[in-house]
Amino acid sequence: MNLAWKDIRRQKLRFVFTGLGLGLLFAVVLAMGGIYRGMVADATVLIDAVGADLWVVQRDTRGPFAERSTVPRALEDRLRVVDGVASAERFTYATIQRGDVANPVRIGVVGLSWPSNRGERLPLVAGRALGGAHREMLVDRTLGLDLGAHMPLGDDVYEVVGITRGFVSSGGDGLAFVTERDADAILGWMAPESRRLAAGLRPEVLPSAVVVKLLPGVRAEDVARRLGAWSDVTVWTAGEQRDLLLRGVIDKARQQIGLFRTLLSIVSAIIVALILYNMTVAKSHEIALLKLMGARTRVVVGMILQQSLLLGAIGYGMAVVIGSVAFEHFPRRVVVGPVELGGLAVLVAVISILASAAGILRALRIPPTLVLAG
Amino acid sequence: MNETVIRAEALRKVYGKGDTELVALSDVSIAAERGEVAALLGPSGSGKSTLLTALGFLNLPERGKIWIDGKMVVAEGRALTDLSAVRRTSVGFVFQKANLIPFLTARENVLLALQLNDKVGPGADARARELLGYLGLADRVDHYPEQLSGGQQQRVAIARALANRPPLLLADEPTAALDSHRGRDVMELFRRIAHEQRSAVIVVTHDHRTLDVFDTIHEMEDGVLTRRPPDPSSLLEASA
Repeated sequence: MNLAWKDIRRQKLRFVFTGLGLGLLFAVVLAMGGIYRGMVADATVLIDAVGADLWVVQRDTRGPFAERSTVPRALEDRLRVVDGVASAERFTYATIQRGDVANPVRIGVVGLSWPSNRGERLPLVAGRALGGAHREMLVDRTLGLDLGAHMPLGDDVYEVVGITRGFVSSGGDGLAFVTERDADAILGWMAPESRRLAAGLRPEVLPSAVVVKLLPGVRAEDVARRLGAWSDVTVWTAGEQRDLLLRGVIDKARQQIGLFRTLLSIVSAIIVALILYNMTVAKSHEIALLKLMGARTRVVVGMILQQSLLLGAIGYGMAVVIGSVAFEHFPRRVVVGPVELGGLAVLVAVISILASAAGILRALRIPPTLVLAG
Repeated sequence: MNETVIRAEALRKVYGKGDTELVALSDVSIAAERGEVAALLGPSGSGKSTLLTALGFLNLPERGKIWIDGKMVVAEGRALTDLSAVRRTSVGFVFQKANLIPFLTARENVLLALQLNDKVGPGADARARELLGYLGLADRVDHYPEQLSGGQQQRVAIARALANRPPLLLADEPTAALDSHRGRDVMELFRRIAHEQRSAVIVVTHDHRTLDVFDTIHEMEDGVLTRRPPDPSSLLEASA
């Protein structure tokens, strides 16, 4: 006979509501972890999709995701003849903002090296890869554009021919893939008056980087070391590019989320402790009776600890249900996997055990003679 | 009646100090044997409850000694053994209020006492049902306290107190919350228990109408215990 469970069963509604409250709190803790995982996934999705072994960028810069980087167009040809290089493609990337003040639309524009790269390697959820060199685009569904939709950018109107899913920038902005030439036109666009004042000269939009794939069996570090001797470029391996992005761009967000998560965990522990303390006070008479009947200390402690863990389990279950329903409606990706769920389970168990201490200390102080006081 | 279950000698308990000092027990000695039903009478504040809690190992006296089943367990204000274990195995308590656990059924309340004493399984369940049947509650085993009358609750409390077959049963005004008819039923039940289960029963009571039930009557006043023989007129009244 489990006293903790019997007591909970008697007060089902109270426990369900308490569990729901804790569930909401734990759901926020879960969301914090999921948001960070989502940021990591968002930040690295493009790097992973490009699948390059090396990122060759402007000398002494950290690449197109960390800061402005431009490389000469001819760099692509120079790299193609390097020993061990299978392919080299220009990569152009920049974020633009369109729409009005009330409804801004931020787009990460990626220029694909046409015709070798039409975007066919991107996992499209609808439509097709680029079929023409001009005025076609592949967009992420977060931009809210349907297949066949038209979007004016610069002097041209682009047709959406393919939709991707989960392709966003480290800032959460949806990506749009166009040919490199179109990317030049979009990023280098100037208003007619500006163009007239500039005497018809349009600034040249240079690629942000050249992405290199190596032949099988060639070590990326070896080629990077050789290319490092070139005075106009800096070379990063895919792993280094990834680390730079995570440590540089989203590290502060990670710290902020971590602190917020810690704070929420402490608040959760305090709330669970208060609930358990009040439950223990409400059961003082029953606890005194148990002691009077000769109950061992472990029986009393076990009852409170089990209730704490049961309350935590109810809260955890609620958090998982709330998360599965609500997280997909969040504006940014929330990635909740076995690691996040397991981490929360451990956290809830630790919180429940720590929080039960207040109730246990209170219970240990209850004298058995309290029963005689009526 | 020949085996002494509980024996206390020269118990002394004082509350407060100096001007507020109150002697609750003054060299009190008492004993009860198997099958004996003893009443403890006295006005409020006379020390009855203090004596009962001392005999139940809940409130240790400053001086004196207590034996249970021949084994000394308290001496000069000190416990010589684990008193929780002594309460669990050797003492049953019944109070003015039934003090049942509200979230357990009648059967589970009795089972709890057995479980605390590491008795679980079908044997324990059978024992709980047997006791409730013995006390006339066979059809109420799965009722919660709030579904039982005051008298039924009190009988469940008695069943719980008897669950581990304790040699000593202590009752503190167990009929105070019952009407006179049900009060007499409970007192007679104690007598039956004492005789059939061979327990010593000590009952604190104010109800002089049921004194005929008791084998021994102790009176307390200002912390001093005296013993008087059963009232023959009450016995006659009861038999009539």
